[in-house]
Amino acid sequence: MTAAGVPAVAFEGVTRRFGDVLAVDDVSFSIADGEFFSMLGPSGSGKTTCLRLVAGFEQPGSGHIRIHGVNVEGVPPYRRDVNTVFQDYALFPHMTVGGNIEYGLMIRKVPAAERRRRAEEMLALVKLDGLYARKPGQLSGGQRQRVALARALINQPRVLLLDEPLGALDLKLREAMQAELKAIQRQVGITFVYVTHDQGEALSMSDRLAVFNRGRIEQIGSPAEVYDHPATPFVAGFVGQTNLLEGYLAQRLGGFPATYAVRPERIRIVAPDADVPSGFASIDGKVASVTYLGANSRVEVDADGGMLAVVEQNVDGGASVAGRVPGAVVRLVVDRRHIQAVSASR
Amino acid sequence: MPSDRHGPRAGWGLKAATAGGVLFLHLPLLIIVLYAFSIEERSFAFPIPGFTTQWFGVAWEREDVRRALWLSVKVGAISMLVALVLGTLAAAAVWRSRFFGREAISLLLILPIALPGIITGISLRSAIGLLDIPFSTWTLVIGHATFCIVVVYNNVLARFRRTSRALIEASMDLGADGFQTLRHVILPSIATALLAGGMLAFALSFDEVIVTTFTAGQQATLPIWMLSELIRPRQRPVTNVVAVFVICVTFIPIIAAFWLTRDAQDTAGALK
Repeated sequence: MTAAGVPAVAFEGVTRRFGDVLAVDDVSFSIADGEFFSMLGPSGSGKTTCLRLVAGFEQPGSGHIRIHGVNVEGVPPYRRDVNTVFQDYALFPHMTVGGNIEYGLMIRKVPAAERRRRAEEMLALVKLDGLYARKPGQLSGGQRQRVALARALINQPRVLLLDEPLGALDLKLREAMQAELKAIQRQVGITFVYVTHDQGEALSMSDRLAVFNRGRIEQIGSPAEVYDHPATPFVAGFVGQTNLLEGYLAQRLGGFPATYAVRPERIRIVAPDADVPSGFASIDGKVASVTYLGANSRVEVDADGGMLAVVEQNVDGGASVAGRVPGAVVRLVVDRRHIQAVSASR
Repeated sequence: MPSDRHGPRAGWGLKAATAGGVLFLHLPLLIIVLYAFSIEERSFAFPIPGFTTQWFGVAWEREDVRRALWLSVKVGAISMLVALVLGTLAAAAVWRSRFFGREAISLLLILPIALPGIITGISLRSAIGLLDIPFSTWTLVIGHATFCIVVVYNNVLARFRRTSRALIEASMDLGADGFQTLRHVILPSIATALLAGGMLAFALSFDEVIVTTFTAGQQATLPIWMLSELIRPRQRPVTNVVAVFVICVTFIPIIAAFWLTRDAQDTAGALK
């Protein structure tokens, strides 16, 4: 083991261009050993390129990448102590599930009996017992995903890279796999670097996450930090839903002509003549539309100076939205601590 | 109802036309097979005067038949190997990398087979003559390899295009270097395409006449020998016996190649 404090992965001013496109633009960050770290961003934001830089499929144009303190410049993928779970799984179609999982051990000339034993262990870990002799073509998407995970984990890498591993699965399966991936990560204690464009996934699984936009990192922090204190309008809009306040609304609710972000579920709707508690900001308006979403409802309010979205929990079922009809006059109150100043995107 | 899924049933007219077409294509083959058993040695008399299997023995005993057969097998096998190596390398290059002239490669490779054989043949003969290479088995191999490469190239490239590039990255990621990736991932992925391409290449080489005529020295491959037998007949049924043999030899690899790639629609352009 390395001494505590040496990051599992460190980027130091890394830049990668493809032709005229700056895919990764002077990025610096580090990932702690044993951390579940997500790289979140829209497609083309540079997150996958960063992952491929760690794996060794891409080389940085400038800057350095260290894996456990070692500069990996020029080190080919097959000599790096990291493994990847690919987006489309990339299972070898001509091999059985067992053959796929044992591939890394076979290359390292581990005896067949031990390979078999460890492959069965891995199959148990990913809950695929008994599928050793199947071919990848006979498996469902979720099962293939698990084989890909087992094939990477059997090599006991110090860092596991996951490139949108749940992207091809349907919603129910994806949610189940999120919990399972997180559990497996705690069990094996390996650093997971997880690339996704799904903010829900990143929030629910990560110890920390980095929000990528146009080749740069907009913000790094724990899910709660990033959600509660988005650093930029981009982060506020990409991670969760948000009301961006500008102009009059910003002046009225925030107190300064800056840009603020307020989460829709932090705004409360009260009677038009209700008192405003101390420490709260308020604004009056009319209900413009109500969308019933089951667990909650989304109410658009036409306030002085612009539209504000409010999300209300339907704690009383359908009756919760009984008084929310378009045209109703309401007062909105929001705790000033939840009105978050955001700087302009870099 | 099955007929609903497969469209309306064919009318009798269409059936008769189909039968006529098949007969037109294959009746001549039947005649060849039939007269391999004729007791008449000089001509194609009809009806056949009588049946015998003696010509099979006679053909087997004749030194010129054996020599021609052996040369054809040898040239076919070596051309196939050359085509397998060069065709696969060309396909891999076109699949994996971008370079100047990449789009032109397919056209250039297909030219020897797309151009009339007489053009390919005469240009090869001029080139071989210019370079002062003595005509031999090897000039034959060069001639045949030129049109065999494209067969392998097309088959392998089609397979490559259905193969995910991520497989190579996955292999490298799991610790395999380039050679190990070639051996454990790439070759198994294209194995049946290589087999199919190789067999088609062999079949093409085995019955080639025109390019062979221009690139052979004093030697005769099986097709050349047959041509000369037709001009100066001596024991005519022996030629038919050899023809029957060639039909069989050519059929086996073509059927096998068809069977191996039957779930692949995109090996077109493999045959003339």
